[in-house]
Amino acid sequence: MADNSSINRQICERFGNDKGRLMDILLSVQAQSGCIASDALDDIAKSLSMSRVEVESTATFYAFFSSQPKGRFVIRLCNDIIDRISGMERIAAAFRAELGIDFGQTTADGLFSLEYTPCIGMSDQAPALLVNDKVVTRLSTDKVHEIVQILRATKNIEQLKLTLGDGNNGHPLVRSMVVNNLRERGAVVFAPATPGVALQRALSEQPVEIIKIVKASRLRGRGGAGFPTGMKWEFTRGAAGERKFIVCNADEGEPGTFKDRVILTEAAGLMFEGMTIAGYAIGANEGIVYLRGEYTYLLPFLEDVLAKRRAAGLLGRDILGKAGFRFDIRIQLGAGAYVCGEETALLSSCEGKAGDPKTRPPFPAQKGYLGMPTTINNVETYCAVARIIENGPSWFTSMGTPGSAGTKVLSVSGDCASPGVYELPFGITINGLLARVGATDTAAVQVGGASGRMIGPAEFGRKICYDDLATGGSIMVFGGQRDVLAIAHAFMEFFVEESCGYCTPCRVGTRLMHDRLGRFLDGSADLGDIDYLEKTGKVVKTASRCGLGQTAANPVLGTIQGFRKEYERRIKSNGSVFQRSFDAAKAVAGAANLAGRDSMYFGTQKGAVKQ
Amino acid sequence: MSAKVAFTIDGKEVQGEQGQTILQAAALAGIYIPHLCAMKGLTPWGSCRVCTVVVNGRPQAACTMPVSDGMVVENDTADLKDLRSNLVEMLFVEGNHYCMFCEKSGNCELQAMGYRLGMLAPRHEYMFPARKVDSSHPEVMLDFNRCILCARCIRASQEQDGKHVFQFIHRGEHKRIGVNAANGASGTALSVNDKAAESCPVGCIIKKRVGFAVPIGQRLYDTKPIGSVIESGRPAAK
Repeated sequence: MADNSSINRQICERFGNDKGRLMDILLSVQAQSGCIASDALDDIAKSLSMSRVEVESTATFYAFFSSQPKGRFVIRLCNDIIDRISGMERIAAAFRAELGIDFGQTTADGLFSLEYTPCIGMSDQAPALLVNDKVVTRLSTDKVHEIVQILRATKNIEQLKLTLGDGNNGHPLVRSMVVNNLRERGAVVFAPATPGVALQRALSEQPVEIIKIVKASRLRGRGGAGFPTGMKWEFTRGAAGERKFIVCNADEGEPGTFKDRVILTEAAGLMFEGMTIAGYAIGANEGIVYLRGEYTYLLPFLEDVLAKRRAAGLLGRDILGKAGFRFDIRIQLGAGAYVCGEETALLSSCEGKAGDPKTRPPFPAQKGYLGMPTTINNVETYCAVARIIENGPSWFTSMGTPGSAGTKVLSVSGDCASPGVYELPFGITINGLLARVGATDTAAVQVGGASGRMIGPAEFGRKICYDDLATGGSIMVFGGQRDVLAIAHAFMEFFVEESCGYCTPCRVGTRLMHDRLGRFLDGSADLGDIDYLEKTGKVVKTASRCGLGQTAANPVLGTIQGFRKEYERRIKSNGSVFQRSFDAAKAVAGAANLAGRDSMYFGTQKGAVKQ
Repeated sequence: MSAKVAFTIDGKEVQGEQGQTILQAAALAGIYIPHLCAMKGLTPWGSCRVCTVVVNGRPQAACTMPVSDGMVVENDTADLKDLRSNLVEMLFVEGNHYCMFCEKSGNCELQAMGYRLGMLAPRHEYMFPARKVDSSHPEVMLDFNRCILCARCIRASQEQDGKHVFQFIHRGEHKRIGVNAANGASGTALSVNDKAAESCPVGCIIKKRVGFAVPIGQRLYDTKPIGSVIESGRPAAK
């Protein structure tokens, strides 16, 4: 134990005993010891001069941290809806059989832990999983067998036989089997760009001019909320603060989104350049990229891109010879929490805290990271900024629609021939997109991920843009063979898992809605249940504190609106006044257990006395 | 002096000051806005959402939303009463609240809020969670069956007692109050005289051996509903 203590102390020292770096410290302790044990909480608290329960608060919030020892190889199978319809159950069964354990368990030899994890950003190559930091895609039962055999025999994750993916996925610092599936390169994000060109141009202008150009381009945030970028920058520039920060949200956790992964793989330099331009425009010297823990495999590569930019004078002091302009970027890893894609929760996480959103107002532009004025934009937004500075705002506004200038990078997955990443001008219709991705007999399209909306064929003429169907980029295509309510149920399960639990409506309401929706799937729904779901959904939407909660009811509210018949056809009158949802056997099961015998009346029915 | 701010609540003119929240300004004006996680003297928190009001057409938590000039606030409406009741009902089914044998009965803000909002039985299904009781401390008991995660104890301990006895641990539906010790409350710096020990709106933080010193029937909310006296000390306006 003393040994562990000194290791933990050294880890804290490595991060300057700075409690703001608690996420990094916990990630290191978890990697070193396979868990964050009770003693480690005390060690860290002591080193960082903070209370133990504060350390525990962060250590217990994130899915990738564990208080119990995990296996040497932690297998996290993605249970996103796209993975489910791509054969996840067969893969899960194969793992159970190979390892002799269930999900949530660790093998007796301490070699393997088996877990589920929500969308890991690989929906175009599902089913997929993470083994520690490594991504394995396009799983088959044969592959499961191979993975287990190799890891068991060699105990070395590098021995896994993975065919390297295209582009930078094959880079020596990435070496991943992930493929880009970059189906359409648009004029903005995926067009060829020379590092430094946009930055050079930016530095020849006054900072306020840069903000004017960004405003003139009518660029709006690409993460989903669509706030005008120039206005956000202006607020941050105008806010009082001794330090200012530029933060990049690379925590794409929205189910079905993976476009940022491809941008990070193929256009990271452009993103860093956009951040540097933002730093110049706003008067910030420090930037942070918040990279989701699922993309840890990209970290060494991204660090290398940063190092090369420093060496080329694109980061650091006197950037490109501009005396006095100083800017650098650090990468903050997440640890498995969808809510950290919410900008204020992301800031909490960057500060080393649990990922609870912050109270707004004040907004991050006034009081953000460490209480200082902060601009937070999406990966794609920073790329667009660099290109706008390079080519001018009218070049940008010539693409897209009047209210939605430029292109949008879309992640398309599900029932279609060519899932992948498409950079298209705003304004494309769902029909147009479906034709491009090779989708036929489409019954429903989920636009904007779990927090977005499901639309049916009657609405396929609608356009993807801020004024019609706004989306952060997730497009999931579902054929007629899919059950719309099962999809909605999977999304509600996701929100129950990912709610931070801070506010009542989101913490309690998502669970209530999930369970009530379940009645429609198990055949026990009553007439009043649609009404109940609508009313509870309205409370969750109206009263929740942050964007997660305000959209968490969408899977249910959206499907009731667009697919009401799917609900109604499952409510069958049982010809009695009694509630179908009441299961007498289940109700007395607890008492029967206590009594140690079956109920005389209900004991032979389902649900009785089994624990 | 802060700048004056004029706004309306349910059509009534209210004078506030820059920097105040809607809840604070309303309390000083004698207007009661139902709330649970907000407590005078503690940093506004915004977690229970019972104080939800409509500001210029948009729902906001009155306890965290700053006042501004010309703001139009709706508070006492049928829709908001139903919303608030719904939230209180969520809190009831989420925990294990047995008023009939809880020693906080009559002094409990959750119970009183249920009465005030006209709640009869929760419209939601009970969850009956398995929660822990921490009786390790010699003078204070923590019965987490009744915790509503309002964080008043967290804030009171930090801001008023200068300690860090409590903090949230875990997340989502597993979120709960953790104490600053591996072995329960007895391992912490918690004292029965702490403000934190007084801060609990429900029967989670209970002082031992004084539970029934004031008999049922003579307690705070036994004769008058919650909100009859506002935290500013003024009686509520009609």
